[in-house]
Amino acid sequence: MHTALLLDMAADAAPDRLALGGRADGLTFDETRRRARAGAAWLAGQGDGTVAFLGLNGPALPIAVFAAGLLGRPFAPLNYRLPNADLNRLLARTAPSVAIVDDDMLGRLEPHAGVTVVARSAFEAACASPGSDDLPDAQPDIAVLLFTSGTTGEPKAAILRHANLTSYVISTVEFLGAEEGEAALVSVPPYHIAGISAVLTGVYGGRRIVYLEAFTAEDWVEAAAREEISHAMVVPTMLGAILDILEARGESLPALKALSYGGGRMPLPVIERALAMLPHVDFVNAYGLTETSSTIAVLGPDDHRMAIYSDDEAAQRRLGSVGRPLPSLELEIRDPEGRVLGPNQPGEIYVRGEQVSGEYAHKKMLCDDGWFATNDGGWLDEEGYLFVEGRLDDVIVRGGENMSPGEIEDVLRAHPGVADVAVLGVPDDHWGEKVAAVVVARDPAPSPEDLAAWVRARLRSTKTPEVWAFREALPYNDTGKLLRRQLKAEMTAKPAAA
Amino acid sequence: MDLKPGSRWKSAVCDAELVVVRAPKSPVSLECGGHPVIPHAEARSGDLTLSDAHAAGSAAGKRYSDPESGLEVLCSKAGQGSLSVDGRAIGAQEAKKLPSSD
Repeated sequence: MHTALLLDMAADAAPDRLALGGRADGLTFDETRRRARAGAAWLAGQGDGTVAFLGLNGPALPIAVFAAGLLGRPFAPLNYRLPNADLNRLLARTAPSVAIVDDDMLGRLEPHAGVTVVARSAFEAACASPGSDDLPDAQPDIAVLLFTSGTTGEPKAAILRHANLTSYVISTVEFLGAEEGEAALVSVPPYHIAGISAVLTGVYGGRRIVYLEAFTAEDWVEAAAREEISHAMVVPTMLGAILDILEARGESLPALKALSYGGGRMPLPVIERALAMLPHVDFVNAYGLTETSSTIAVLGPDDHRMAIYSDDEAAQRRLGSVGRPLPSLELEIRDPEGRVLGPNQPGEIYVRGEQVSGEYAHKKMLCDDGWFATNDGGWLDEEGYLFVEGRLDDVIVRGGENMSPGEIEDVLRAHPGVADVAVLGVPDDHWGEKVAAVVVARDPAPSPEDLAAWVRARLRSTKTPEVWAFREALPYNDTGKLLRRQLKAEMTAKPAAA
Repeated sequence: MDLKPGSRWKSAVCDAELVVVRAPKSPVSLECGGHPVIPHAEARSGDLTLSDAHAAGSAAGKRYSDPESGLEVLCSKAGQGSLSVDGRAIGAQEAKKLPSSD
């Protein structure tokens, strides 16, 4: 099944409903489809190959996604925050391609063989003008190429096929299930899997999409209030900043119905504060990977409320989980030998289902039987709630004992003197690795002794960090992922005082 | 008819359009409004009429499945005809209730 069919269905069934943009000047579903077809016809005349996209959020993004799909060509959004050298290297990898580039980013590009660069303004003009929409018959295959964030080296190109993405959409979203007037605010960038899935699920669900060109908490709150936003998805670092603005302005966003979050570990104090400040909002924690076409597990609104209002410890603990796997796929925890583990036993998260691509350019990572090893560590509780411990690469091995940084970070983050923290392993001659903590302190700053005692009282003593460092801030990429490797390199190069 | 996943079909007697989500385990005939469906690209002949026994309608966005053959289709455009497989009526699956996560 083809992603363009999702738009076709919505445009046939609800042609006059607003699909993209503001309440006053938005585009209807019918007009969105017309522009996607006109854009596809125009792109076909510009050059062959992948449709690359380098630019900020906006209605041109979904139109380009569907235009590429209509042509049967992969859509490859690029990270405009990369330094010019890295960006040009990625762009060269998309060849043969036509690259739609924001006008004010054109100057950053070098010429590359096989890459035709077109200005976003030219693409938008072509989509808006009544032109030919005579399209060649396309066989749907690769829908999207997404370059991973490359926190662990040269970015890999993850392949998502039309079959993966449409399977995800039709198995998780009710067709035109959105109520009239609902609107989703999208602030994750186009090159993030959540930016792509938001286009497809928004269109199929019939919910108007409002874009923030790029995220700032001020702009987010202003847009949410102005456009009476009902739904939004944020990454953890965004939520904390949004709550600060809401509190400062005394704004409660009465139209907001649902706020989902994902893309990284949500600190418990932040989500607890959000639940207290926005009691009318349904909170949803979604866990997924680029290679799984977005969400594979969901912690729903009632799970959030149970965690806050119930005395049941298991229910409270689940606020730290990512909820239950989607019913449309299978999920298992396995040990390093591949044996399936039972409840409460940590191992590697494996997933199987039609939405799972598990595929990179030139490299298929799926097992023969369709299972994908996520490289995320985690465990399931008795009720099937999934707890994610983080990347297996980040596990600290101290004297043969495996420790997940996330567990230690959660404990430290609950200390009143800790604003943010990262835990990682640094080389040690005796233990192989030892536990180090990099702390962003509040005023007054706690001492390493205080913090060590805090951890020792709550976890095994071997999990107590032996190396402490204090910093003004931790390095994150723009989608909220901690740059643990960078931190580790810095900590290893310049040992901090113990 | 080759009901492979992703293939598109339409009713011979009404506006309904269908996409195959899951192929049947063995060849079957998929009908809408009492008549076998035709490939999406083909024109309706206009000779056939909707059968009263198969006129309960099909709804856009609903998934219809036949447990016996394993066939599963998504209705991509609504129509007056209802769906059947080898003459037996097939029903719509319950709508999924998953909270929005994107």
